This record gives sequence, structure tokens and C-alpha cells, in this order.
Amino acid sequence: MIDEFTQLSDLQLDALREIGNIGAGNAATSLSMMINRRIEMSVPQLTVLPFSELPYAIGGPETLVVGVYLQVQGMSPCGILFLLPLESSLKLAEMLLAKPSGSLKVMGEMEHSALMELGNILAGSFLNALAMVTDLELFPSVPSLATDMSGAILSAAVFSLGEVGDHALLIETRFTEDNQQVVGHFLLIPEPGSLDVILERLGVNS
Amino acid sequence: MARVVQVGMADYKAAVCPNILMTAGLGSCVGVCLWDPATRIGGLAHIMLPSSVQARRTDNKGKFADTAILAVIQEMSRLGANPARLVAKIAGGAQMFNFGGTTDIMRIGDRNAQAVQQVLKNEKIKILFSDIGGSHGRTIYFMTENGKLTIRTIEHGERVV
Repeated sequence: MIDEFTQLSDLQLDALREIGNIGAGNAATSLSMMINRRIEMSVPQLTVLPFSELPYAIGGPETLVVGVYLQVQGMSPCGILFLLPLESSLKLAEMLLAKPSGSLKVMGEMEHSALMELGNILAGSFLNALAMVTDLELFPSVPSLATDMSGAILSAAVFSLGEVGDHALLIETRFTEDNQQVVGHFLLIPEPGSLDVILERLGVNS
Repeated sequence: MARVVQVGMADYKAAVCPNILMTAGLGSCVGVCLWDPATRIGGLAHIMLPSSVQARRTDNKGKFADTAILAVIQEMSRLGANPARLVAKIAGGAQMFNFGGTTDIMRIGDRNAQAVQQVLKNEKIKILFSDIGGSHGRTIYFMTENGKLTIRTIEHGERVV
């Protein structure tokens, strides 16, 4: 049982990075098709953070972001969080709802629905790829959306990890457009027990 | 010169006057500020979970309402505060994500707030002010100089209590 994310070997970290790569690659393709634009993705970053540093993990703790969060149940429970800068979420909502560029100033109910659906599709694409590689059955919850401080959103997404450990493992992939503008951060947050299951399926369980 | 002492999530710190205790991005977590008016010693705990009883590991005292509050009181006593004089101000315990059900994640903010209130009651510490619940994040600054608490939010502005 991997109790602490700090005990992972290099081989295991590489395997998880590859999972992030395959999953986020699939999600980026879906996003690209939905908005009909080219989306670049970064190499997935694996970060193991003590809770005390977590609110500072993406942007600053008080940076205004939109977070779409899903809980994944099944053989390896985890959280999926899609974090977007506010400008990016407005822009994505414009594209999804076929509104003129620059016309949206605030996020309304329609915009929330559109982004939740986007989160749904991205999470589905990510999990499909993950399931394909690991043969695990995974069931995402309905998405939930919050517009608030990055720190508050991140901390709300990891609280269940606190029952067993003192660290969070974030598998983060950044989506950017051609012009380098950040579209969003896609995060997979495995729960400690589920990491064992994933690593075993990948044949790198110690 | 007042120094700003940052308190991370699942962490706690005590400080002497005129230093300012600060914690950023409280979501479902609860920030508990304790103050001894006579010595002007303050303490702040950023609590993540209601109880250490069910937890597999409890060595990190700052995580849980039951252990963090006692730990911060101890830390304040070490600096010269008298536990019998302490008063409290609390903020946080929001519900950041709503899944339309009654799962644990739905209620974690509430459960944290209730646990904090219970522990403070057990310790006979009076709660002078609480800003609990809602669905928004909070950043708080606690002045050891006068026991004032500043609560910053994105949608609901800033207030000093």
C-alpha cells in the first residue's frame, strides 16, 4: 500500500506521467474538436505537495479561476479538476455557445452549463484513455462548477486525501492555444489507495 | 514593524503582537483565530477535516479540528498566553462544489464548522464572530495587535470584524 505519495520510485512516476500524457492527449483532442481550434498540451507535471503548499500550486491562492470538478468512482477513485483562468472560460463559453468573440463579460447560467458539459467531455476522454491502458472501470460523477479563488477550489478538491495522508499528488497538464495563452489546467488527483491499483495495472507496483 | 505570518492548509501558528497571522484560499476548510487580549498573543489554525478519530494517521495535528485547536492553544501558551482568557473568531467552511446530493463532499464545510464550534465550546472559548458557510472562498488576516479579523472574498468584498 502506497501510503505516502512521497515514496514513489522514478519508474512509477514515469508511468504516471505517461498516464497523464495519454489521458490529457485524448482530452486535448476532444477540446480541439469542440472549439475547432488547435490546442497544444504541455508535458504532464507530477507534483507531490504537502497540503500546506497546495493552495499555491496553480497561480496564486487568490487568483480568480473557474473550476470544473468531477469525482471518479470505480476501481481507482480519483478527482478530476479542470481549472481555467476567467478570461479563458469566457472565451471557451463564447465558442461553445456560438457567440461573437469578446461579447461575454460575465459567466451566466448558460455559460456554466456549457463549461460543465465541456468538463464532462474532457473527463470522459481522459478516463476512456486511462481505462484503455489500465483496463480499469471508472465512473465519473456529474460535474460541478465553482468560480472562486484558486486556493479554495484546490483545497476543496483534495480534502478526502487528508484522511490518509499529508500530501496530494497532482498530475497536471496545461492546455495552451497557438499564441501560448493558457486555456486551462487539467488535473488528475488520485486517492492514495487507487494509486496502487493503477500502478499494478501498469506493471510497476513495487 | 508587523510581520505577516503565513499559515498553510492543515497547519497552525501562533504569533506575538504586532505580527499578523494570515491564511489564503479557505474553501471547505475553517480558519480558527484565537486571541488573548491581555498579552495580545494570537493563534491561527487552518483546519481541513472535522475529526482525527477515524483517521488512519494523526501525526499532523494541524489537519483536524480536534487536534489543531488544542495544538494552537499549546503553542500560544508557550508564548505566554493564558488559555482561560482566549476568545475566537472563525471563518470558512464553504461548500465550493455542489453535486446536488448529500454525499460527504457536499457537507464537509458544514462538518468542519460544527466540529470547530464543538471543540471551542469544550475548551470554554467564546466565539466572538463567525463567518461560516456559503459557497465562496475566503482569505483572512488576523491582527494580534487588536484581535481584528479581515476577511477577503472575490464576490462578497472585504470586511473587518
